[in-house]
Amino acid sequence: MEHGSHGLDGLSFIVFACTSKQALNSGDWFFGVQSLLWPFHRHFYQSRSVKSAFYYLKNIMTTILARFQLDYGDFKLNVDLKLPGTGITVLFGHSGSGKTTLLRCIAGLQHAPQGFLAINGSIWQDSEHGLFLPTHKRPLGYVFQEANLFPHLTVRDNLHYGLKRIKQNSGTVKLEHAVELLGIAHLMERMPERLSGGERQRVAIVRALALNPEILLMDEPLASLDSKRKQEILPFLSRLHQQLDIPVLYVTHSQQEVAQLADYLVIMADGRKIASGLPADTLTRLDMPLAQDREAATVWQATVAEHEADYHLTRVTFAGGSLSLPAVDAEVGTPLRVQIYARDVSIALESPTATSILNVLPATITGIADDHSGQSVVQLQVGTQPLLAHITRKSALLLDLQIGMPVYAQIKGTSILN
Amino acid sequence: MLTPADLDTLFLTFKVAGIATLLMLLFGTPLAWWLARTRSSWKGIINAVVALPLVLPPTVLGFYLLVLMGPAGAVGKITTWLGLGTLPFTFAGLVVASVLYSLPFVVQPLQTSFAMIGEQPLEAAATLRASPLDTFFSIVVPLAKPGFLTAAILGFAHTVGEFGVVLMVGGNIPDKTRVVSVQIYNHVEALEYSEAHWLAGCLLLFSFSVLLVLYTALKTQPVAHPLK
Repeated sequence: MEHGSHGLDGLSFIVFACTSKQALNSGDWFFGVQSLLWPFHRHFYQSRSVKSAFYYLKNIMTTILARFQLDYGDFKLNVDLKLPGTGITVLFGHSGSGKTTLLRCIAGLQHAPQGFLAINGSIWQDSEHGLFLPTHKRPLGYVFQEANLFPHLTVRDNLHYGLKRIKQNSGTVKLEHAVELLGIAHLMERMPERLSGGERQRVAIVRALALNPEILLMDEPLASLDSKRKQEILPFLSRLHQQLDIPVLYVTHSQQEVAQLADYLVIMADGRKIASGLPADTLTRLDMPLAQDREAATVWQATVAEHEADYHLTRVTFAGGSLSLPAVDAEVGTPLRVQIYARDVSIALESPTATSILNVLPATITGIADDHSGQSVVQLQVGTQPLLAHITRKSALLLDLQIGMPVYAQIKGTSILN
Repeated sequence: MLTPADLDTLFLTFKVAGIATLLMLLFGTPLAWWLARTRSSWKGIINAVVALPLVLPPTVLGFYLLVLMGPAGAVGKITTWLGLGTLPFTFAGLVVASVLYSLPFVVQPLQTSFAMIGEQPLEAAATLRASPLDTFFSIVVPLAKPGFLTAAILGFAHTVGEFGVVLMVGGNIPDKTRVVSVQIYNHVEALEYSEAHWLAGCLLLFSFSVLLVLYTALKTQPVAHPLK
């Protein structure tokens, strides 16, 4: 992302001029690569900088570029996104924010009249040049909100439906792996109507993964499940997260799922992107309604450093310090996600000497916002990590909190997400 | 008892109905698919035209077909030009008329079951690399099986029972266009009530069996229900 200046604005896709929809069948990869490489030549010759050209190429092969404009009268989608080509990117927003429409445009289920889409170097849509790959020619996996299994086929036949239609044979290996990962081996002969909601959704995830897709698109896969079923699937998703080497675009309106899964976060509202970035940064932005929410929280990446068996505690380190957590059953060196709710963070001007709170971290105030109902949201920085604190407006005034002030953040509670 | 002439008319009737049903499924399926999914403003008109035989007196339909397919009619001129002669009072003409007359009984059940399948399974199939045609045969046809069965049975049975259109377009030519319903009419005209009874009984039995199959066998079929 750091080379955003090599964006698409000035690109010329001359090679595309001769393509048509009919030509896509055999040669789409060829034209896709050609048109992405053209700017590479341009960079190379114009700037005479091998480095610049190299970065452009490296960037484009590990990036998702999605630009869509769509107008339904009462709803408009207008996005221009540059997303990381690996990890889970969560598209977050309330219903009607356009996140599902965006996902459907990426899948080709919806045809945005104005659009450009490149997934890690291959172009799937470029409306300026009349290119639109139909969904069935896009190497993707899609998990719908309702599992959407074929009711006339057994679980096994549902899983093999896509496999039969791709040429490569590596699929069966992927399938066995996915079946094991999501624990559905015992369901193979059942009809979909005999499955629980959670089981159906697990089968749907396996069905999508079995195709060995280049990108996995998930549209609120947990939204139709009760909280018990959610807890049944979330661990599987977290595990997927560690084992998948393809990008995942995950649509949700649940902050919990954001905290648990997101490597990168895009916040949508009214058909537009209103913020994007690393979850720790994006979740703590004061200009986002999320920061005001009662459930406002930040998520830190941490590593298990040491176990204090006597106290049933585990010490974890993060960029800029360490935290004591209730004992975690994980080996030293294991990466963890630690969620800290803003309501669990309080602020002291001096290092408290006598306090029961174990986690007191030196911090700097980087922002303050009022919610006009007696609460202040204070944005802090601990080392390099952002942190939010919800305190009363009265406290903020009494302590005379100002941006740039060094303070101490007292963290009363934390939760470990995986 | 059934006379050899009666048996001939029975055979001819089932032949007309069989061929007409195959043709109706062949043309009716894409038509029903289009009607179930299109947002075109033509949908209303086409729907109305297809449903017209449901409300039109068969003699009216037969009369127009007779005029259209006759030597002076538009269709008649084309068939003559093609060297096929004119269609009225031939077996082919009878089949054409039957197809038009019974088409709504095939198109409507298909259209309903296609519409019931909805967009979701089609989208799921597309994300699993199935082309639209592939999706139609691997997903839509199995899910719409009850619709196809209903369409075939109703189309066939309705063709067997037609009278007015046949009389107008086909006439009353033994072994060519004389079907069961016309033969019963002939018997009654000639006051041969016993023969009329036999044939009428056959048709009654046939119709009842068909409906019995429709209402009992179909119940055990997996009905196309919305995806879970």
